Amino acid sequence: MIEQTLPRLPVESAPAHTIRDWKAMEKKWIPRGLPRCSPGRFYAWLAPWLLLLAIGAYAMYLCFAEGLQHTNMDNRFAFGLWIYLDLTVIALGAGAFFTGFLFYILRWKEMTAVINAAVVLGFICYSSAIAILLVDIGQPLRAWFTFWHPNVHSMLTEVTFCLSCYLTVLAIEYLPVLLKNRKLRQVPLFLVFEYELHRVMPVLAGVGTFLSFFHQGSLGGLYGVLHGRPFAFREALGIWPTTFFLFILSAAAAGPSFVLLMARLTQFLSRKQLVRAEVFAQLGKVSGTLLLFYVLLKTLDTMLWINRIYPQTGFSPYSFYAEPSFGTWVLLLEIIGLGLVPALFLVNPRMREKPWVLTLMAFLACSGVAFNRFVMTVQTLALPTLPFDRFLRYVPSWQEVAAFLAVLAYGVLLYSFSFRYATLFPQERDLRNQ
Amino acid sequence: MEQKNKARYGMVVDLDRCTGCGNCMMACAVENNLAPAEKKANDRTGITWMRVYAMNNGKAFPAAETVFVPMACQQCDKETPCIAVCPQNAVDRDPGSGIVGQVPQRCLGCRYCMTACPYHARYFNWSDPSWPAGMEKALNPDVAPRMRGVAEKCNFCHGRWHAARARAAAQGRSEPDPADYIPACVESCPSRAILFGNLDDAGSEVAKACQEGNCFRFLARLDTESKVYYRSAKPWVREMAEGNRMPSGKDGNLS
Repeated sequence: MIEQTLPRLPVESAPAHTIRDWKAMEKKWIPRGLPRCSPGRFYAWLAPWLLLLAIGAYAMYLCFAEGLQHTNMDNRFAFGLWIYLDLTVIALGAGAFFTGFLFYILRWKEMTAVINAAVVLGFICYSSAIAILLVDIGQPLRAWFTFWHPNVHSMLTEVTFCLSCYLTVLAIEYLPVLLKNRKLRQVPLFLVFEYELHRVMPVLAGVGTFLSFFHQGSLGGLYGVLHGRPFAFREALGIWPTTFFLFILSAAAAGPSFVLLMARLTQFLSRKQLVRAEVFAQLGKVSGTLLLFYVLLKTLDTMLWINRIYPQTGFSPYSFYAEPSFGTWVLLLEIIGLGLVPALFLVNPRMREKPWVLTLMAFLACSGVAFNRFVMTVQTLALPTLPFDRFLRYVPSWQEVAAFLAVLAYGVLLYSFSFRYATLFPQERDLRNQ
Repeated sequence: MEQKNKARYGMVVDLDRCTGCGNCMMACAVENNLAPAEKKANDRTGITWMRVYAMNNGKAFPAAETVFVPMACQQCDKETPCIAVCPQNAVDRDPGSGIVGQVPQRCLGCRYCMTACPYHARYFNWSDPSWPAGMEKALNPDVAPRMRGVAEKCNFCHGRWHAARARAAAQGRSEPDPADYIPACVESCPSRAILFGNLDDAGSEVAKACQEGNCFRFLARLDTESKVYYRSAKPWVREMAEGNRMPSGKDGNLS
């Protein structure tokens, strides 16, 4: 009797509690016509990366709370794994600015196929570089001091200004990719905003190209201006050392290769064709041509360095390669093995037709730029300058490695979410229908 | 930008007199409030603005010879490596004295200056400085202790420079009396191995000493125009100062 008098809640207003309801809701966020794996499988893929992110977050907390004593850097090896990581991810993230430059400025329409992926990769690379830089500096709360008391003669000032500006540009470029999500498009304001953003995109691409050119160069200048470190020091062209130009060129060469590599990896992991073969070939051609040009200039620069800068600073030409672990093989591997070889393969049209050759050479090109950043960071600091110095060794601490892996995990997570809920590869739908 | 200094304070360290006793290091630490090393600190993470290295000729007894090299900031005058690279002007050169100073309150802790310095004379606060209970009462009130996460280095006892200037001003003089401004390491050296003064004052003992034939600067070929000179009658010491490796292949750490 009592039960009959109690009001009943309408069934429609009850929240979706069951897994089936949740799955149905999640499916509505996935772009129409793009099959994606089940949510369970997707979150199982994310779990190990989340764990890595959590461990890295704890390592970062230790550094924030108790200082950089948790790292294995020291007064002599003042830069370590994190600065190397910064230089490398920023070089690889150049794919964003260079693809944007090809697409928006030079109007290479075939780049539509990868422009979204390039923007997401660029955003990941730059945001992770800024995040790790904040852990790396001793006083992160003073990061804004560079804007308030800038030393205009310092390459690091140029890097800080351009990096923060370009990250803002990338965040704005990333927004339309997210706002294209079919659920978000249901909000009229987002739809208008996305349309307006598209209209200013060529301007942003131009600004991004300008900023990216400068900070890629400034990162090279960071080492090239160190006249107290003859291994890194280079003569100036105008007001910039030659490393300024070499870093721009090497990043522009490796960027498209990184986009190619990541698109291939996504194809492999998702077992779907996402990009037409000719787009891959085009990326390979751009990368190879720039890499060939870079190898030529790098060789010239090395010859000048050996015959002019070395003698001027009073060091014997091969004294920097006296340590067996950093012998002349380092120079040969950098210029020939990871420079000339991939460049020659990538500029050859017949070689580009073979997918595995294209992928392998893109990998070598990316490894080459990473190796160059490693040499510039680690070998510069490891080499002795005073007569009573010796070759220094540095092994990163677990906290440094954990923070490094956390950045990698952050990248994988953001890329995975973007691939699932946004349209990173616009050709995917057409290729599937074919 | 190169600035013309009113004075150029510098040092001449006589390596043939230095016995490697480390008194200069001790006096420097006391004067400049350097915290005792952490338990887990090593020779590459501890802070000592003045560090004494050992340099030998690599020969066997009886030809073996060793000299001790007190190495602090070399106060580079030309294109000072650390000034040019600091992104936020936390390193400066005082035009009144030519002394290269550090502004710890402005330092970001990026350590680019440490990478730029070929003399490894810059140190970083890897952890919070701490003193044993009661010892903080003995700190020098004229020098502010530095905080965690900033770089620091020798500044020729900046506290003493300010005190000397204040005394000169009180006496109605614009420049301090040279005898009134002496860094702690110079004052404490028992063998009088370190001379200090204005290098631009032709009559000063230090200016005369740095012109002598056996005087040299470390890594002079890098053209940093450092204001810390060394002297030794031993030719092998002068040759090595140019950056040639010690024949023994060992480092100069005193252990």
